[in-house]
Amino acid sequence: MKVSMRVNGAEKSGDIEPRVLLVDFIRTNLGMTGTHVGCDTSSCGACTVLVNGDPVKSCTLLAVQVDGSEVKTIEGIAQGAALAPIQVGFHEEHGLQCGFCTPGMMLIGEELISRIPNPTDEQIRWAISGNICRCTGYMNIVKAVQHAAKLTAAAKAPAGKEAAMAGGGE
Amino acid sequence: MSSTLHMHGGIGESIKRKEDARFLRGQGHFLDDFVLPRMAHMAILRSPHAHARIKSIDTAAASAKPGVIAVVTGELMAQHKLAWMPTLSGDTQAVLATDKVRFQGQEVAAVIAETKYQAEDARDLIEVDYEILQAITSPDQAKESGSALIRDDKEGQKDNHIYHWESGDKAGTQAAFAKAHKVVRLNTFYPRCHPAPLETCGCIADVDGVTGKATIYMTSQAPHAIRTVFALVAGIPEHQIRIISPDIGGGFGNKVPVYPGYVVATAASLLLGRPVKWVEDRTENLISTGFARDYHMTGDLALDKDGKMLALRVHLDSDNGAFFADAQPSKFKAGLFHIVTGSYDIPTAHVTADGYYTNKAPGGVAYRCSFRVTEASYLIERLVSNAAMEIGMDQAEIRTKNFIQPEQFPYTSATGWIYDSGDYPKAMDVALKQLGYEDLKKDVEARRKKGEVTGIGIASFTEVVGAGPGADYDILGLRMFDSAELRVHPTGKAILKLGVKSQGQGHETTFAQIVAEELGIPAQDVLVMEGDTDNTPYGLGTYASRSTPVAGAATAMVSRKLREKARKLAAHLLEAAEEDLEWERGKFFVKGSPEKFKTIQEAAFAAYTNLPEGMEPGLEGVHYYDPPNMTYPFGTYAVVVDVDKGTGQVKVKRMVAVDDCGVRINPMIVEGQIQGGLTEGYGIAFMELITFDAEGNCIGSNLMDYLIPGSMETPKFEIGQTVTPSPHHPLGAKGVGESATVGSPAAYVNAVIDALSPYGITNIDMPVTSDKVWAALRSKGVTE
Ligand code: FES
Ligand code: FES
Repeated sequence: MKVSMRVNGAEKSGDIEPRVLLVDFIRTNLGMTGTHVGCDTSSCGACTVLVNGDPVKSCTLLAVQVDGSEVKTIEGIAQGAALAPIQVGFHEEHGLQCGFCTPGMMLIGEELISRIPNPTDEQIRWAISGNICRCTGYMNIVKAVQHAAKLTAAAKAPAGKEAAMAGGGE
Repeated sequence: MSSTLHMHGGIGESIKRKEDARFLRGQGHFLDDFVLPRMAHMAILRSPHAHARIKSIDTAAASAKPGVIAVVTGELMAQHKLAWMPTLSGDTQAVLATDKVRFQGQEVAAVIAETKYQAEDARDLIEVDYEILQAITSPDQAKESGSALIRDDKEGQKDNHIYHWESGDKAGTQAAFAKAHKVVRLNTFYPRCHPAPLETCGCIADVDGVTGKATIYMTSQAPHAIRTVFALVAGIPEHQIRIISPDIGGGFGNKVPVYPGYVVATAASLLLGRPVKWVEDRTENLISTGFARDYHMTGDLALDKDGKMLALRVHLDSDNGAFFADAQPSKFKAGLFHIVTGSYDIPTAHVTADGYYTNKAPGGVAYRCSFRVTEASYLIERLVSNAAMEIGMDQAEIRTKNFIQPEQFPYTSATGWIYDSGDYPKAMDVALKQLGYEDLKKDVEARRKKGEVTGIGIASFTEVVGAGPGADYDILGLRMFDSAELRVHPTGKAILKLGVKSQGQGHETTFAQIVAEELGIPAQDVLVMEGDTDNTPYGLGTYASRSTPVAGAATAMVSRKLREKARKLAAHLLEAAEEDLEWERGKFFVKGSPEKFKTIQEAAFAAYTNLPEGMEPGLEGVHYYDPPNMTYPFGTYAVVVDVDKGTGQVKVKRMVAVDDCGVRINPMIVEGQIQGGLTEGYGIAFMELITFDAEGNCIGSNLMDYLIPGSMETPKFEIGQTVTPSPHHPLGAKGVGESATVGSPAAYVNAVIDALSPYGITNIDMPVTSDKVWAALRSKGVTE
């Protein structure tokens, strides 16, 4: 079955069995391995990608279900060589240890900031509640998202003053 | 990219992690990310029964499926003498079952196919005819006379008993108990749980048909030890085996053992001449790989009339599953459990342990724990709190009264441990202050009067980590040293190669910092390499909080060796006598003339360009470190909970964790480890459970049944510290990765029991779920 989608802004297509999961299509057919698999019950969120801007668990969708959609994976987050604010936040706040949950967590964080520019602790915890991190205990992930929110706000602000205050960056 | 890039990165600096760069971009190299040319995929058929005789296996339909390359059964493995393998505890374990299956999820056959989907399709077509046998799911059942014999494959094995083990002084303990004013008993079960790292286990075996060299990519915390085990199991010469541990998505002990899947994939690659990938799914991970705990414990604590501890007596029954595969030092059958006297000056103790086979998965790995220290710490800390309750003493006071005092170190415990250093009253003090203990107690009293259910729990743990001194610690005879090889290039940049293997602990940063401190090369200029047995020195691996105590020490020692050579080079360059030079991080200068100096980089350049007469060129070295003792991190954790009488729900209001792990190399990373450990400890205390029904079906076989803490239930932690250096570690550091998982479960449970104590409730076994709390309250007639 033919399937095509825009992944991180580039047109991608494949000829696959209808039963192929989106995560397998991304990892195997497209060779983009930043999207991970941590369970088989839709419980962990390691496989999170954005489809038309919404976070989804790519282990729970068939690739053919997103035919014609816009997909964003971790590989599409950085702006060229420069890290995106969410990536800077995770680095500066030690929001990752083994890094296995991190792509999913960062996609959720970025999407959250796009809706809620200054999310509270509780809003962040709720947003990532479908994603498991076995290493960090979540506190630093919350801080990482808040750090990214500040950077994002500063980048949008007219003066460059706040960006310098928020720290980090390339 | 990092805000700390400009820093030197010596000891004590919270520089940002070097390894983050690739993970932030989704460019980590985890096992399942590797694709080799002509790679085939393997799926394993597992037993649906806990105990059954295999009557026949029909693979015809599976073999006929499109894409199938081979179907492997135990019979085929037996032809190559690979149907069984040794375990890390010197027992044997079936690779693919030939005679019986002994636990649900045991490996029975494997399909190798062109794609993963094809391999799984064909696997489901294999037909196995089983004769179901009685399933044994507990030590009590295993002991019963006339119960089924699980290990009928072992010559001379007449029952399901594996070992009896003792430590301490039986007669002395008996005598002390005879004189006791009060004896407090706790019967408790530390249930089976599972490390469940987010990435499951797997391997890609690639045996070169021409050279015979086996390259095995593997999610292994201990690649060197695994290579040796493979050489012994498969009879492949050791230089022909290369284990590569790529980036690992969490381990927590789960990735220490050798699993049957690794052996089958390697055999298949050898027979087929193609690389074979096997990656388990989450269910396979939870039902077949290294579980933890499953200890049934009884502790008796003898006290005098003032609440001074006189003696401790403990018996435990260990449920080891179908094969005794505990990953632990050979000498200690119950791991390091005999550290059970904990932080207390208990004059005499006696510990007995019996291990049993059951029809459950084998493994006995230490889930973020140093070989059964967690069970020991849990038992003593629960017992001490219960003792306080029974004699009406404050739970902080009974601890302080019985602590080993700072001036008693080095302290020899009743079971023979030599504690290196500690200041337990200080950690307690810091924790209680942070908590506001005295006010909090009043608050609890007041709220209880209003009918609320609330409580405070304390645990003051002592751990024993950093295995270990070669004379006492070995795994299958391999002494538990570790190693570091350091090479400084002419331009002063360095590569450090280690025998350990990070699974998220941040070794690429921490170990570079040790070199930065000891040799003066900035951390950014030190590349850390691990996890490739062809290219790193031999070491026993990363588990049991041993990387910093052992490999960290090796790194300091090799750095110092190189510094001494650099001193000679600097003396040569400065035309000064060696003894006239002084070292300041990064440079040697002439005593009294600080303007006359040579940097470490200049000395390194000279090692390749301008040597003193007769000196061997180059600036590199290796150090194998056999630790003189274990390290003993400790701390006090305090928890406040509210319990909902109506639902039994427990809410952790506060969690204060004061840790002392000696000198902290990167405080940010250390705190990250503690926060992660406190979360896993929370999971163990309240959520995580692998259990079995009467037929031996595993309950807890997926992440909908095996509950891992998420962001909503995980408490917010208040972290504190004290610093008591280890006197024998070259940097004064102790291990820390596991302290929080070891120390916190008792603190959480003590808080719940304290809350329930006004109703006469003295114990609830973990996980302390709402239904258990609800039932306990109802059993005492408490309703809303
Ligand atoms: S892999 Fe998709 S939720 Fe776990
Ligand atoms: S960093 Fe390891 S699972 Fe989140």
